[in-house]
Amino acid sequence: MSGHESSYTPTNAFTKWLDSRLPLVRFAQDTAINFPTPKNLNYWYTFGGILAVCLVIQIVTGVILAMHYEASVDGAFASVERIMRDVPFGWLLRYIHANGASMFFLAVYIHMFRGLYYGSYKAPREILWILGCVIYLLMMGTAFLGYMLPWGQMSYHGSNVITGLFGAIPLVGESIQTWLMGGPSIGNQTLQRFFALHYLLPFMIAGAVVLHVWALHVPGNNNPTGVEVQDVKKDTVPFHPYYTVKDAFAIVIFLIMFAVFVFYAPNVLGHADNYVEANPLVTPSHIVPEWYLLPFYAILRAITFDLGPIPAKLLGVIFMFAAIAVLFILPWLDTSKVKSMRYRPVAKQFFFGFVAVCLLLGWCGAANPDDAVIPALQGEAKLVVSYNDGNGGEATSEYKGGSEAYVDARRFMEGLPEDANASISAVPAPTFAFRHLSLILTFCYFGFFVLLFFLGLTEKPKELPESIHKSVLKRHKDADAAATPAE
Amino acid sequence: MTDTPAHDHGELIDEDRRNFIHIATGAAAFGGAAMFAWVAVDQWNPAADTKAASALDVDISKIPLGGEIRVLIGGKPFFVRHRTPAEISAAEAVNVSTLRDPQTDDERLHAKPDGTLNRAILVTSGSCTHLGCVPVGPAQGNTGDFGGWYCPCHGSHYDTSGRIRKGPAPRNLPVPDYKYVSDTVINISL
Repeated sequence: MSGHESSYTPTNAFTKWLDSRLPLVRFAQDTAINFPTPKNLNYWYTFGGILAVCLVIQIVTGVILAMHYEASVDGAFASVERIMRDVPFGWLLRYIHANGASMFFLAVYIHMFRGLYYGSYKAPREILWILGCVIYLLMMGTAFLGYMLPWGQMSYHGSNVITGLFGAIPLVGESIQTWLMGGPSIGNQTLQRFFALHYLLPFMIAGAVVLHVWALHVPGNNNPTGVEVQDVKKDTVPFHPYYTVKDAFAIVIFLIMFAVFVFYAPNVLGHADNYVEANPLVTPSHIVPEWYLLPFYAILRAITFDLGPIPAKLLGVIFMFAAIAVLFILPWLDTSKVKSMRYRPVAKQFFFGFVAVCLLLGWCGAANPDDAVIPALQGEAKLVVSYNDGNGGEATSEYKGGSEAYVDARRFMEGLPEDANASISAVPAPTFAFRHLSLILTFCYFGFFVLLFFLGLTEKPKELPESIHKSVLKRHKDADAAATPAE
Repeated sequence: MTDTPAHDHGELIDEDRRNFIHIATGAAAFGGAAMFAWVAVDQWNPAADTKAASALDVDISKIPLGGEIRVLIGGKPFFVRHRTPAEISAAEAVNVSTLRDPQTDDERLHAKPDGTLNRAILVTSGSCTHLGCVPVGPAQGNTGDFGGWYCPCHGSHYDTSGRIRKGPAPRNLPVPDYKYVSDTVINISL
């Protein structure tokens, strides 16, 4: 906590000289070595450190890749392939960078869910939480911009879909879209500006991280009990060596998993389509973003109805952005005074439900919206022959049941007069499709935040421990008591 | 004068003079920032050469009956389709009042210089009005439920006049600005 007194004493003439000019060593001592940290932090709290490592990895590999990359529509795809084949260790650097983005998001999602579970967004940590949301938003922007750079099919058409979202804004949408793309479509100029911004944003993330850590060090860490530090001596331990070692251990485990992806499954999180060079005339049959953006993509596509004057397309965009915006106001949505869900028996269950909703939304985002959620429950498709009935109207005739239906439909079509203009199509049986599931889950997603508001007013929390120190002692006593009868 | 004694030193402060300096400096800084912001924002708009490359002459005589060609103008896809008589009559037979974006087939064609319509040639934008994917057509073997185009991204079906018939897209495939230069050449511009 910033309130704690500096415990640094320069010992020799040089450090004394330095301390009175630039107290760098004092700053490091106070923020990273002697910083009093709650003694009960579990491994969910190591993801902050893991994320710092992720950011450094992305910046280092990214700067190197930029030295070999060519930001032009003619050269981008080839330069990425050159990195993969010809540049010494280029394949490694690119695989680390590409998988690093996924690892970064994996860690940030765990970090965010941890904050949600232990109420780390509540007073006095609202600014800390909002800065985290800003970082998350910047990360999504950076990831989107970076995904365009290889100039593959998914890069090009994914960017088309996202810039198209701005076109949904009434009145000014089209001008904004043209402005973003710098022309009537995504072209060389778009690639160049996206590359420049992709290089810039990580440094803005780094800046926001500095503010995030600063905002963390003012009130100090939250902890699994959600009870604030009362007695620095009893409730805290110095950051070093207790948490430097704990964080380092977690980082090593995380990097092992990271390495498994880089070396054994470097493309498993990507799309094969992106190894085909961008072609504006051919859209991949199934455009999907990278996995970490899928839940928002599902929300975007879930809205297929107009709401009064708001068309479905705009409404989907509004819902998608609202899904992120709601995180910013979370500190004021949750009315409960109790921070940790450990002591909120009802909210805790809804929290796990919320995690499941987010994962399921990701599943919906990856699926074709018209596909059946459970294919086994879908009935048989029917064949529909549409034709002109001769009076200017359209008529249809339906056939069911395997190949015989096709023969019947064909025979019927041949029996019609020439000008009937008959066409045949297979219509799948109505079923519970992913677009229905997405819509339900979208309402569950927003429902969770509404629920937090009302739940805080009515829920009866469990008894909170008096202090961090007492809760740790009690857990040890309970463990001892459980162990004794076994002897 | 609004001279007032400051601190304990008994110095006189000329408030007007101070205000003038503050306002002048602030105005110069704000004005400069605003002017630079204009430059910084506007430089993202389409450049002159990008705008210049926004029209193309297309030879329509080589398009096979029932087929289409796809051209890029300024990076934007356009379809030029040579419709069969059956496709034309299908497009004309539709009851316009039942459409999401009501337009007759004739409204979607541009007249030749002599005022007649070339109903066989349909020119439309090649971006789905939903989220800008490029629909598939006769060359890709899928023309959707209504014989025109099908957008594989989110399942929009367009008919043989490029009108939206089914799926999430809000509007018909827009007809670009084009004119007949001769009987066999059209000029499409953005």
